[in-house]
This record gives sequence, C-alpha cells and structure tokens, in this order.
Amino acid sequence: MLNKLVDAVGWARIIIALFLFSLFVTAPFVGVSVSTSLSNTLERFGMNGVLVLAMVPMVQSGCGLNFGLPLGLIAGLLGATISIELSAYITSVAAVVGLGNAASFFIFITAICIAVPIAAVLGYFYGHLLNRVKGDEMMIATYVGFSSVSFMCIAWLLLPYRNPTMIWGYGGSGLRTTISVSGFWHRVLSGLWTVKIGNFTIPTGMFLFLGVMCFLVWLFMRTKTGTALTAAGSNREFARASGIDVDRVRIISVVLSTILGAIGILVYIQSFGFIQLYMGPFYMALPAVASILLGGASVNKASIWNVVVGTFLFQGILSMTPSVINSILQTDMSEVIRIIVSNGMILYALTRKVKVKR
Amino acid sequence: MTQSRIAQKLFRLITDNAVPIIFIIISAVAIPLSGFSATYLVQELLTRIGRNSFLILSLLIPIMAGMGLNFGMVLGAMAGQIGLIFISDWAIVGIHGIVLAMIIGTPISVALGLLCGNVLNRAKGQEMVTSYILGFFINGIYQLVVLYLMGGIIPITDPILVLSRGYGIRNSINLLGVRTVLDRLFPVRIDSFTLGAFHVENISIPVATYLVIAAFCFFIIWFRRTKLGQDMRALGQDMAIADSAGIPVNRTRVIAIVISTVLACYGQIIYLQNMGTLSTYSSHDQVGMFSIAALLVGGASVSRAGIGNVFLGVILFHLMFIVAPAAGKELIGEAQIGEFFRVFVSYGIIALSLVLHAWKRHNERIRARRALRIPAAGAAASKEGTQ
Repeated sequence: MLNKLVDAVGWARIIIALFLFSLFVTAPFVGVSVSTSLSNTLERFGMNGVLVLAMVPMVQSGCGLNFGLPLGLIAGLLGATISIELSAYITSVAAVVGLGNAASFFIFITAICIAVPIAAVLGYFYGHLLNRVKGDEMMIATYVGFSSVSFMCIAWLLLPYRNPTMIWGYGGSGLRTTISVSGFWHRVLSGLWTVKIGNFTIPTGMFLFLGVMCFLVWLFMRTKTGTALTAAGSNREFARASGIDVDRVRIISVVLSTILGAIGILVYIQSFGFIQLYMGPFYMALPAVASILLGGASVNKASIWNVVVGTFLFQGILSMTPSVINSILQTDMSEVIRIIVSNGMILYALTRKVKVKR
Repeated sequence: MTQSRIAQKLFRLITDNAVPIIFIIISAVAIPLSGFSATYLVQELLTRIGRNSFLILSLLIPIMAGMGLNFGMVLGAMAGQIGLIFISDWAIVGIHGIVLAMIIGTPISVALGLLCGNVLNRAKGQEMVTSYILGFFINGIYQLVVLYLMGGIIPITDPILVLSRGYGIRNSINLLGVRTVLDRLFPVRIDSFTLGAFHVENISIPVATYLVIAAFCFFIIWFRRTKLGQDMRALGQDMAIADSAGIPVNRTRVIAIVISTVLACYGQIIYLQNMGTLSTYSSHDQVGMFSIAALLVGGASVSRAGIGNVFLGVILFHLMFIVAPAAGKELIGEAQIGEFFRVFVSYGIIALSLVLHAWKRHNERIRARRALRIPAAGAAASKEGTQ
C-alpha cells in the first residue's frame, strides 16, 4: 500500500512536499505568520500558473520540455510595451464609450490581443524549426530561447517607442530595463474580487483567469486535435500509421505553448508590477520547467493536475524558504535553495525518463 | 551532369562550413568599421588564443566519445576556481601558486567528473541538455559552499577575501599574486614585423602558455591512438555496436567526462591567471558558453571536432568579440548595441550549429529509410510488370 503510494507520487515529490510542510509547521515558532506566507504562496501560484501551463501542450505532443519559453515571453513583452505605448488612446476611447473606470482593464486586454498573434506567428516558425530537429528539441529550444532574448536586447534599444515612462530619460530613445506598470494595469487581475480574511488574501480574479486558462487547455486536449496531439507524443510512429499528421499537430502544440507563454508573462507582470526587458526573460523557462516536473510530469507526459500541484509546491518553497530559513539561520539562502531544488528536479526528470523507456 | 555535380559539391561545402563562412563575412565587414590597428588586433588575438584555447580543447574528448558538447565543463571550471580561492587565501604567488591551484582542483574535478559521467549515463541521447542542467545544479552547490561555508566551516583566513558579514567569499577576487605568471614565464617580444601592407610592432607572446597548449594538443593526438581513445571513437560511431564488441560503454563514457572535467579545471586556471581577476560567482558561467560557441564557430559539429576547429574557432570568435562593440558604435552610434550583438551572435551561433547538425541527422535518417523502401517498391513494380 505504502509502496504503491510512493511509486505513484515519486520520491522527489514526497521529499519536497514534506519539506514544504515542515516549513509551514516551523513558521509560527520562528515568528513568521502562516497566513501571510500562505497568501504569498497563493499570489505567486496565480502569477506563475499560466507560465507553467505553457509547458503542457509541447510535452504532450512529444516536443519535450519547452526550454524555448522565452520566445513566448518576448511576444508577451512586446504586447505589454505596445499596450503602454497606446495607453493614452485606449484610455480616451474608454472614456468616450463611458467605461473610463475600466481603462486599465482595456489596456491589459489590448496587451493580450497584441501579444497573442505575435506569439502565434513566432510559434509557427519555431514549430517548423523543431519539426526538423526531432530528438534534439530541448537543447535547441534552450538556445532558440537564449538567442531570441539576446536579439530582442538589440531590438528594445532600437524600436521607436515614445512613451516617456518607458524610455531612458537622458538618451530619449531605447526602453528602460524595468518598466513599472502601475498606473496602467498593475494588479488588474490579482486585485480583482479579492477575498480577505484577516491577513489571509485570496486573489480570486487571478485564480478565475488561471482556472479559465486551465479549463480551455483541458478542453482542447479532449478535442480531436488534442487527442491526435497526445497520440503523436505517446508514440510518433504509431500516430503516423493511424493517419495523424504528426508535424502538423506538433506545430499546433508549439503555437499553443508560445501563446500561453505570452499570456503567462502578462499575468506575471500585472501581479509583479514591473516589465523586465533585456536579459529579464533569459532564465524564466527554468522555474516553469521545474514546476511542472515537480508536479509529477515527465519529459513526455503532463496534465493540468501536474501544473496545479507543481506550481503550488514550487512557489510554496520559493515564498517560504526566505522567511523561515532566514529566521532560523539568520542568512538569506533562498536563492541557492531555489537553484538547487529547481535544477535538481529537472535533472531527476531527465535521468528518470530513460529508465522508464527501457 | 558534371556541372550539377560540382554545384552540388560546392553547396555541400558551403552548408558543411556555413558557420565559419558567416563569421569570416562578419569579421570582414566589422574589422574596417572598428578602426582598430593591426598591432592592437594581433596582440589581442595572441592573448586570447593563450587564454581560451586550453578550455576549448577540453571539449574535444567527449565529442570523440559521442557525448556531444560537454556543457558540464563548467564543473571543472568551478573546481579550478576553488583552487584559486585557496591559493589566494594562502598567499602563494608565482608559478607555484598556479601549480598548487591545479593540484587542489584535480581531486575536486575528478569527483565532479565522476558524478557528471554517471548522471549522463542515465540520460543517454540527452547528454547535452542534461549536462547543461547539471552545470546549473552544481552551480547551486558551488554557491552554497563558497557563499555560506567558506570563511565559516571551511577556514579562510585572509579578511580581504571574506565578505564583511564574516563568511562567504567576495564577488571578485584580485589574483595579483598569480596574474599572468604563466604568460610571462618565458617572455618573448617582437619589436617590429612587416609583411607587405601588414605591419605590427611591440607584440608580446605568452610562450609558456602556448607550450602548455601545444603539449595538450599532442596529448590529444596521442590519446586518439591509445586503446582507450579507439574505444571512445568506436562509441562515438555507434554505441550499440561498441557495446557488442565488448567495449565497457558506461565506464569509457565516464572516463571521457572525467578527463574533460579535469582539463577544463586546468583551462580555467590558465584563463583566470591571464585575466587577473576572478568573478567568484560568474566566471565559470560565461566560460562554458564562450568555449562552446568558439568551438562551433571553428566549424566543429556536435559529433565531429578536431584541433583545427579549436584554433580557427578561437581566432574567428574572438576577432568578432573584439571588433563588434567598436563596429556597432561606428555603425549605429551605440557601443551597447555591439555588446548585445556579440552576445546574440554567441547564442545564435550555438543555436544555428545545433539546428544544422540535428537537421542533417534528421535528413540522413529519412534518406536511410527511403533507401530501404525503394528497392522493395522497385521489386513490386517489376513483379507487376511480369504479370
């Protein structure tokens, strides 16, 4: 019975879950408020959820872990910056229509509307590329992500943005490294319909958004295309033999992953409050990859459930370790623990996959 | 017919060497734009060849064993840095310091190499991405050791090295005691040299470093001919066949990685003695990326790399590295753009060569499958004909 449970859940996950649990238990004894840390965890859970969800389609279609997530993030960042550039128009249009109060919401919607088509186009080409390199997707995805981020470093300097809140003060051109979205769409989702019980806050609006996203992906996975996609991921040759156009469904999955990445970063930014350009999105794929693996996904199988569990565990550790460990040891070791846990998790998954295959 | 064959051959030549050709073009455009003198460029290149070649050479053996680009070389680099931290603490200067740092680094890098090799054996076919993530993972442990244990549990006496809070090593360490000691061991200067329009003067050559690098090259040439080297090459050709031929696959792969890690450790020490400062938490990061990019720029692929690729790569890559910021400034008026451009090129070039290699392999697989199919189809057709 116990063995069965351990097998089903996996040692790594049990250890991490116990670790997180022990953090919550020790928290009150070292003077850390449990309710505050729990609301912190929930907030981070909501802001990272969609980014982790972006892993699911590509893993399911056999493209492996999407280390190329930064490509989607770039589409999102373009949407975010363009929406701020256009914010004056959108605000005035909203005022004319009589919805001046909801202007920030409209700007956020604009950001999504701009980001999604860009992500779709980028994802389409990215998908074609990945189809030509079957078997080496993950390594190439990593470097596609890196090179697109470093290419955009040049673009952020040269693109003709004009809004004074975004460009460098002295040069008069080139975007700043961090741009505040307060005054535009800061907390447009995470501040929506929040439920407060003492120190404990539930960001209902953001959870609803994440829930809708998860539901849409879940629904898509149950359509004919979604089933074909899963089949292509489970056994490529078998799928081909049963008449599935493997290359096509793989491209669809990559486009979907990239779009979710773009939306994910927008959700992340609205909660975080800052757009981080230049090298900002560089390493953002790793936490998302680690989260979904922590949730029990493997290199070629992932579900919505994995996303929810993994994001909660990973973000829980991230928000608990600084406060609890710092109070115990009087040092800030959270960064190092984050690096070891997230990369250890990815390593575990990469080495486990082969064992299952044999 | 012959013309098309020549065209085909030319096309093959270009696609096989796409990356070096792109680099030669970029350099040809950027050098005149940058406005650097020949003396400056030659001096910089000679320094950088001495600084980087050893590190890049350490990548060759795992490629030979069919394990791809060893992103785990950063493990060795970290071991070398730990050695350097200790000799700075003990204030051992000169060439003795360098040798002692290597002696300290050796057991650490052997241990890390054993770890890396065994992990990679569990992830066959995904070696590159696994070694890449392993680099991050060990980086976490390195930070744990250097940032929290050193100065506390591991005694570090020199207060200059330790952060003001009492433990942990500072962000950057000045390696004054060992700075360029290997480069200046046998100093050689060229006062003036002219060849046609090409004129340089006052060039210093790091002869001792070059001798070490040459010794390493001979080691690789010799190693290829040993039993172990032959085993590795067989592994690189086909792991399954090598296995049935009685070659201990896992053991040989681990040895390849251990050798690479230890050599990367020495390479990092040579690199840092030339730089003169150690960025405790970032030196090793950049080293992995730049070494791999340089090797690929030299025309190596994931499965095939030689000593020639190393030196061509180091020259082309660093030429671009030197001239890009100045050329960017000249072209667009901002040095920052050239800076970003060279980062983009380093990553882009790795992406491009990985894609080209994977694509080629993918096409070969399709061609192989088709080759199996055509005779069968032909036989069926002839059968139909007779009926």
